[in-house]
Amino acid sequence: MAMIEIKNLKKNFGSNEVLKGIDQEVEQHEVLCIIGPSGSGKSTMLRCINHLEEPTSGEIFIDGELVTKSNLDNIRTKMGMVFQQFNLFPHKTVLENLTIAPMSVKGVSKEEAEEKALKLLDRVGMLEKADAYPKSLSGGQQQRVAIARALCMDPEIMLFDEPTSALDPEMVGEVLDVMKSLAKEGMAMIVVTHEMGFAREVANKVIFMDGGYIVEQGSPEDVLGNPQEERTQDFLSKVLV
Amino acid sequence: MELYLKGIQIACKGISATVGVSLIALVVGATFGLLIALARLSDNKVLRGICGVYVDVVRGTPMVVQALIMAYGIPQLLQANGVMFKWPELVLPAIIVCGLNSAAYMAEVIRSGLQAVDKGQMEAARSLGMPKGMAMRLIIIPQAIKIILPAFCNEFVTLIKETAVLSFVGVTEILRRGALWNSQSFETFPAYIGVAIAYMILTIPLSKIIGNYEKKNG
Repeated sequence: MAMIEIKNLKKNFGSNEVLKGIDQEVEQHEVLCIIGPSGSGKSTMLRCINHLEEPTSGEIFIDGELVTKSNLDNIRTKMGMVFQQFNLFPHKTVLENLTIAPMSVKGVSKEEAEEKALKLLDRVGMLEKADAYPKSLSGGQQQRVAIARALCMDPEIMLFDEPTSALDPEMVGEVLDVMKSLAKEGMAMIVVTHEMGFAREVANKVIFMDGGYIVEQGSPEDVLGNPQEERTQDFLSKVLV
Repeated sequence: MELYLKGIQIACKGISATVGVSLIALVVGATFGLLIALARLSDNKVLRGICGVYVDVVRGTPMVVQALIMAYGIPQLLQANGVMFKWPELVLPAIIVCGLNSAAYMAEVIRSGLQAVDKGQMEAARSLGMPKGMAMRLIIIPQAIKIILPAFCNEFVTLIKETAVLSFVGVTEILRRGALWNSQSFETFPAYIGVAIAYMILTIPLSKIIGNYEKKNG
């Protein structure tokens, strides 16, 4: 059974059809990269998976369980989400950013939550900033903290929404390195990205989206190295200079 | 000169009543204002409608009219319908009117403060599994408070001045003290200058503090 199963997902914003019927599966330990031009629906698709955007129609199953309004909060704890703009809580320290959800949502004790948070901060190389506030950190550091925050909930899958798009170029690497190490440890991931190098190196499957459809999908070698569809070729010729 | 000092002295005797009513009204206003703001941001259409009407009615009528209705109109209506009702203290309807009035204004301030918190904050909180109420309480409201604080203090300054209308319903606050003295002594100018100065003693330092805070956190 697939970990995530998306069936005929459609999303309209008013009369604007952003997703026109998406079917997709993600297996355990699988890294799926979604590429495509802006406005193609790739971020919307990712956001529909944990219902930050409510799908207009279609079904999403996590571990075989249909996502509905009533089980949403519970299911969201299985999915870590990392945003383009980091969205750390500015009124909380780095450590508090990591412990607040485990303590308030799962009822984990403070000691336990902090012990785990410190381990995860160490893992993303941010241990010495545990008591800092987010605004004193660089973009790359904030994003690494955001990844650690999502990991604190023990997610089964991580969703990344253009995690490096808001970063200065010299900080992209440090965030991608954390993501690569996650993938190596077998974390299932769905990554919306413009980093073709990352997709080529880490992804098990790449899908190319345009106009609300999945135009082409397959291994990174096939989709990025030898695209069959004209729109994929056109897009890649513009981004792979 | 002596007369003016006396005028100020007499008016200042009303400070405790003015500040007391304003403070209680501020707390009532903030509490109900928060509830109204949350209701107006909720998904419940009926709740949203009721609170919208409330804000419109309160903001669309002068507070002195609301005070007269509350202090004299409502007891008369009840008595005419055979219910023996009289306010034990006129300061009670005064506080209620100021509080409910302030709630309507505060609701708008709080609502805009809540909406000013970046949308990504709610998304991040929800994506970590927090239900909406918890996300509001732990993530959104603490950030909104910082945005709201200057407007909140300004509301206190406004309240201090607006409670002057309560002299019309017989609360012996600053203005009423001056007016009473005027009617005994006919020292009209010193009496009302004293009243004006008593208000300034309260409002000007407060406004300065708020201004400094805004400059520092602007």
